Amino acid sequence: MFLLRAVAYRLTVVAVTIVAGGLLAATLARYAPGFGTDERQLDARLNRDSLMAIRDASSEERNIAAYYTGALRRMGHGDLGISRSLQRPVRELLVERGAVTLKMVGAGLALAWLFAAFLVVAAWWLHSAVVETACSMAGGLLLCLPAGAVALLLILLNLPGCVAVAAVVFPKVHRYLGELVQATARMPHIVTGRAKGVSDAGILLWHVVPVIRKEVLALAGVSVGLALSAAIPVEALCGIPGVGQLAWRSAMARDVPVLITVSLLVVGFTVLANSGADLLADERRLVG
Amino acid sequence: MRTARTIGLMLASLIALASFGGSLLQRFDYSRQDREQVSAGPSQEHWLGTDALGRDRLARLLHGTRVSLTLAPAAAGIALLLAFLAGATPGFVGGASERVAKIAIDLMLSVPWLFLLLMVRAMLPLNTSPAASAAITFLMLGLLGWGMPARILMARAQRLRRSEFVVLARASGVSRWRLLCIHVMPNLRPVLLAQFWIAVPVFILAEANLSLLGLGVAEPLPSLGSLLQELETVLSFRGDACSFAALLVMMLMVGSLQIAFMKHEVS
Repeated sequence: MFLLRAVAYRLTVVAVTIVAGGLLAATLARYAPGFGTDERQLDARLNRDSLMAIRDASSEERNIAAYYTGALRRMGHGDLGISRSLQRPVRELLVERGAVTLKMVGAGLALAWLFAAFLVVAAWWLHSAVVETACSMAGGLLLCLPAGAVALLLILLNLPGCVAVAAVVFPKVHRYLGELVQATARMPHIVTGRAKGVSDAGILLWHVVPVIRKEVLALAGVSVGLALSAAIPVEALCGIPGVGQLAWRSAMARDVPVLITVSLLVVGFTVLANSGADLLADERRLVG
Repeated sequence: MRTARTIGLMLASLIALASFGGSLLQRFDYSRQDREQVSAGPSQEHWLGTDALGRDRLARLLHGTRVSLTLAPAAAGIALLLAFLAGATPGFVGGASERVAKIAIDLMLSVPWLFLLLMVRAMLPLNTSPAASAAITFLMLGLLGWGMPARILMARAQRLRRSEFVVLARASGVSRWRLLCIHVMPNLRPVLLAQFWIAVPVFILAEANLSLLGLGVAEPLPSLGSLLQELETVLSFRGDACSFAALLVMMLMVGSLQIAFMKHEVS
């Protein structure tokens, strides 16, 4: 019963956040200084009627409340609109590109988490300050680089896009995970366990992991948002035909329908990941 | 740790000093094109060589660092002001305002703001001047980057609200406004300052990402981020080692700020 209530509550939060996030995106776009400006208006070959038609095409987007309500209603019926720059249904574009982004982000997240967990466990096992410092320095170095620069450097090394996503997510996951394990290792019951001769593996598996489970799940939720944000520069600069590249191209072409739909989708995905992580971390779920 | 912080602080100050002082001494304008020396290597005339348009790389690097170091703290200031209004004030007042603020903060934190930034930046008028584009880019960073500091400030303000000296002051009849301005603000100052210095490198990196996508500071005005666009020439094997100068300065700047104001994620 509790599980059902918790799921219903989370789903309501997700729905409200998605709608609010989309509204925020639409409002920002509407009130941005150049809203309604179209490059085609600068084309000297177009006559007055054509210019008027271009202006009229964006006039329905001027009333943000009406536009957003209409867009939500259409989305409810599965119609995500038509991309102005690519002249194709947004739904078709998202289906085509969504799989590419999901694959890249999924692989990047898996790589980042595996590598971060491996290094944290290695530092725990070896009790070596050198390993810990070297890992922290490597992570710190990556934290100083913008995701775009990481993507460019990885192109030089002929590595796939998921490695760039992993390189952006890894330092944050590693730093937090490392500090979490270190803080837990100082807890009295762990110190007592060590003093009583419990093995490193035993302490890690039976005493550290259960304590940090909640925080790790929350971090997993947050890392999804990080990976999605990293996907834009990585896809745009590496030429990967995913949703990030679509968002970038639409931004360059001022394609509002695509931008709002992509924002809604990304907000939805991020909020779902965070809520899912929260739900899994909720101890009351286990009690039922 | 203390030594690392001191070194970080000194390095950041040195870069800031070089960019502000060096700009006064430099011989070339950041936008002057020397068509005779396009993509030239380092020479006595151009210490870091020239870019693909024949512009002096050192002059652009110094000016770009100055632009980023002026505007990123300004954006951090805006973000902190919003964070104070949306986080600390409701956290201290409590009640319905606190609940509404919590929802707003959660919304800001769950929206990947690079998407929003991309959208707003793309909507700028086509004839926006380079200086205006730089100001608007950093303004947007400030307007969208208040979520995390607001959450931290709210937590701190909630703790202060429940502290003994505040309860005593309220029992003595001190007004909420007076309490906030005179007693709570000084206690929030260290958190505000720490959040400010944490936000600066974050905004420098966000601007760099936007600039790499062609949506940051417009040409010919340089910024640390827009100078990274030159890295793309390295990919087509037209660049030289000096193309990495901006990346190096950015890493040193962001790294030294992160070390100087490092905070532990887990306490």
